[in-house]
Amino acid sequence: MTARIGVVTFPGSLDDRDTQRAIRLAGAEPVALWHKDKDLKQVDAVVLCGGFSYGDYLRAGAIARFSPVMDTIIEQARAGLPVLGICNGFQILTEAHLLPGAMLGNDHLHFICRDQKLRVENADTAWTADYEAGQEIHIPLKNMDGRYVADRYTLDQLEAEGRVAFRYLDFNPNGSLNDIAGITNEAGNVVGLMPHPEHAVEPLIGTGRTDGLPFFTSILKKLVTA
Amino acid sequence: MSRTPLDTVEHAAATPDVELPWAELGLKKDEYERIVEILGRRPTGAELAMYSVMWSEHCSYKSSKVHLRQFGEKAPENDALLVGIGENAGVVDVGQGYAVTFKVESHNHPSYVEPYQGAATGVGGIVRDIIAMGARPVAVVDPLRFGAADHPDTKRVLPGVVAGIGGYGNCLGLPNIGGEVVFDACYQGNPLVNAGCIGVMRHEDIHLAKASGPGNKVVLYGARTGGDGIGGASILASETFDDAKPSKRPAVQVGDPFQEKLLIECTLEAFREKLVVGIQDLGAAGLSCATSELASNGSGGMRITLDDVPLRDSTLSPEEILMSESQERMCAVVEPDKVDRFLEICDKWDVIATVIGEVTDGDRLEIYWHGEKIVDVDPRTVAHEGPVYERPYARPEWQDALQADDANKLPRPRTSEELKDQVLKLVASPNQASKSWITSQYDRFVQGNTVLAQPEDSGMIRIDEETGLGVAIATDGNGRYAKLDPYTGAQLALAEAYRNVATTGARPLAVSDCLNFGSPEDPAVMWQFAEAVRGLADGCQKLGTPVTGGNVSLYNQTGDVAIHPTPVVAVLGVIDDVARRTPAGFREEGQLIYLLGDTREEFGGSAWAQVIHDHLGGLPPQVDLERERLLGEILIAASRDGMIDSAHDLSDGGLIQAVVESALLGNLGARLVVPDGLDAFTFLFSESAGRAIVAVPRSEELRFTDMCRARDLPATRIGVVDGDTIEVQGEFTLTLAELREAHEGTIPALLA
Repeated sequence: MTARIGVVTFPGSLDDRDTQRAIRLAGAEPVALWHKDKDLKQVDAVVLCGGFSYGDYLRAGAIARFSPVMDTIIEQARAGLPVLGICNGFQILTEAHLLPGAMLGNDHLHFICRDQKLRVENADTAWTADYEAGQEIHIPLKNMDGRYVADRYTLDQLEAEGRVAFRYLDFNPNGSLNDIAGITNEAGNVVGLMPHPEHAVEPLIGTGRTDGLPFFTSILKKLVTA
Repeated sequence: MSRTPLDTVEHAAATPDVELPWAELGLKKDEYERIVEILGRRPTGAELAMYSVMWSEHCSYKSSKVHLRQFGEKAPENDALLVGIGENAGVVDVGQGYAVTFKVESHNHPSYVEPYQGAATGVGGIVRDIIAMGARPVAVVDPLRFGAADHPDTKRVLPGVVAGIGGYGNCLGLPNIGGEVVFDACYQGNPLVNAGCIGVMRHEDIHLAKASGPGNKVVLYGARTGGDGIGGASILASETFDDAKPSKRPAVQVGDPFQEKLLIECTLEAFREKLVVGIQDLGAAGLSCATSELASNGSGGMRITLDDVPLRDSTLSPEEILMSESQERMCAVVEPDKVDRFLEICDKWDVIATVIGEVTDGDRLEIYWHGEKIVDVDPRTVAHEGPVYERPYARPEWQDALQADDANKLPRPRTSEELKDQVLKLVASPNQASKSWITSQYDRFVQGNTVLAQPEDSGMIRIDEETGLGVAIATDGNGRYAKLDPYTGAQLALAEAYRNVATTGARPLAVSDCLNFGSPEDPAVMWQFAEAVRGLADGCQKLGTPVTGGNVSLYNQTGDVAIHPTPVVAVLGVIDDVARRTPAGFREEGQLIYLLGDTREEFGGSAWAQVIHDHLGGLPPQVDLERERLLGEILIAASRDGMIDSAHDLSDGGLIQAVVESALLGNLGARLVVPDGLDAFTFLFSESAGRAIVAVPRSEELRFTDMCRARDLPATRIGVVDGDTIEVQGEFTLTLAELREAHEGTIPALLA
């Protein structure tokens, strides 16, 4: 048996088809979800992919957070539905308060696209179990608003509870506090990160590495064995 | 409130003596008289607006047409060409049932006036051209040229242009995989912002810009029409900048990439359901262009009710609505029983769509406003029968002196130390330095099919996940070469783009061009243009790669000073399996570096002459297109059969530039030996065309050299991939660390 993993398309989503491909390559079944539709088609997990939902107008993720599909996702995520937010998806998750903190414009004020080195800090979440804690990986990064910020109390709490899932190594590409590239919620079912694992799943394409594939195999294993 | 009465067709016929402001709209007196002759009366204001934008240089190619015909007349036999010049973009068969459409366009003038929006809407326009052919856009490329790198205005223009391209293209989800960035004082007041796009479709999905079938509905969809860009085509693109005139900022359009992304998805969905009979995007000249082109390419006429056009500004006059260049709009012709479904799809994507008219069985384009007829024209006279000029041209007087100023006689480095110093200066010079500060502002990964992207020789995109079929594109141009000899310069641009595609293992198929020149009213410029077109047409014929479309940008000059003639050539190639592609970076120590082709003492227009002596003179390198073809065949065969692990084309900067780039990309050094018969200086800096370096695994050496010998291509072993330095034996050694610092530090230091 396999697992059904939903990928939401908002107006302005860009990496929806790429994310579906990554899910397929990992062996799961991708299911297209539409922003105007409250129905999640009985998927076992959801990915909010990258892009510029609603043109990033107002603030990245701020409008998408109020779309009909998000009502259901927010409700079910609180009940344990695994949700991964990549880039714009991470921004939507913070806007939806499924993850703490917020994203500001990159400190250098430019869009940045690069092959980014990361350290996996937490390999116990639904989306990171196929990594090992401390593992160093390369994942493409591309964003305008990637600077993770949170108040001191929240940062301390994230650090103390091991909820920083990924940290930038060698180079902080956007001025994120504590070099944070991705975080998880307390339960470990909701994970958000700025880099794009769906762009690192085939040896020939992009940077030529497959360091992103474990995101999708992690969730598949969890769902299939559960 | 008083209003001027509506200038209807009836009113125009009744008031023959009313003088319209044709000069203000950029028309010449004889052009206005020709319009009166065509109509048999004076035009209405709305008709004049349409003729003036459609007969502008930008839309009518009136100065260039007589020369551009050669691209058709000299077109080589090519079975791959599915749609040629004249449509929104050419279409090429790439096998396995796939067709690829691609085109390069300019957005030079708007980008100087307002860099961010000018560049952004340039991307938007070329992408809509590609969608209008029925294709999904899969990649963009941006050949850019700016004034001197250290000029203060470059710091205004370049960051804005780059942010605009990124801001728009990134938001559309199109990987940016190639292009160029060139600095030269000649582009100071006239930066060249060219934009290219590639789209992919199945053969059966090709769509054309024509309105057929009386009763079919004309649907305008996308953004509302506003006052932006009015007269942009006629005023901005067809006049020389002049400090005395007021700012033209309001004539530059403002882009909304989010709207364009919705337009892409909604159009592709309508195509999938076969709802579209004909389609045209609204770019330069807006509705004037879309309605007159759709109507004149179809079998019937067209009736439009202008009141139904959704407006952003309700005070716009009918003339302004017809001329508006508001972005993110398209026009589709849809059968009546499919209109509801078409509108439903638009609604799904939150795209405004309105039926504004229908195809008629007559042969007139009629436009109504408040129930009265304000346009009644033969659409062909608007779209296709604009003026054609045989502009005078003459070889400039200074050409001989320029060519006599031989770069080969410039003082050369006398010691190894000087040679080393000049290598460092070259790789750190703005034109030769790494452009990653710029290209890292573009998304090159989106869509998950990018096999190669800049700084590779060509950008390469996989188009079929099962078979690995892919396409490659390279754009090149060298204004310095073309200034020395426009005929040869155009062929060198073609040869370089062709070679770049072949270097990555793809087979060159077809060409698009963007011809950037000064004022056609200057006979010297017109001569450069005529020569460049002739060179390009002859070159394409010899290489077997037809020109499928492109764009001409004239009036790139400030006062009397024109830019270097700058034909930019894009070559599209196909590769059966992207797994066989060859990257530029060295991959393994111990591999043997071979130089393919002949090296001569050729320094005219070279990067060395520019960087070391600030010199432009002499003759550009010779072109041998037969040799280019042979080199291409060898590179493609070697890629396919796994004989080479990396390959890099040799062009501006010569061999040392290529070796440094391959070394830095792969983070592996090289030991080089100057071959017999060459001096170190010529070996390192000559820009002879028809050359590449390849890294050959030792196990493949015999097979590779046998192939070169059998085909009669000179292949000289010049060194080995090794260590973390570049050593030229007997001359100097440079560490990769110091080369990297020199090569990668320049652009951020100037612009960041």
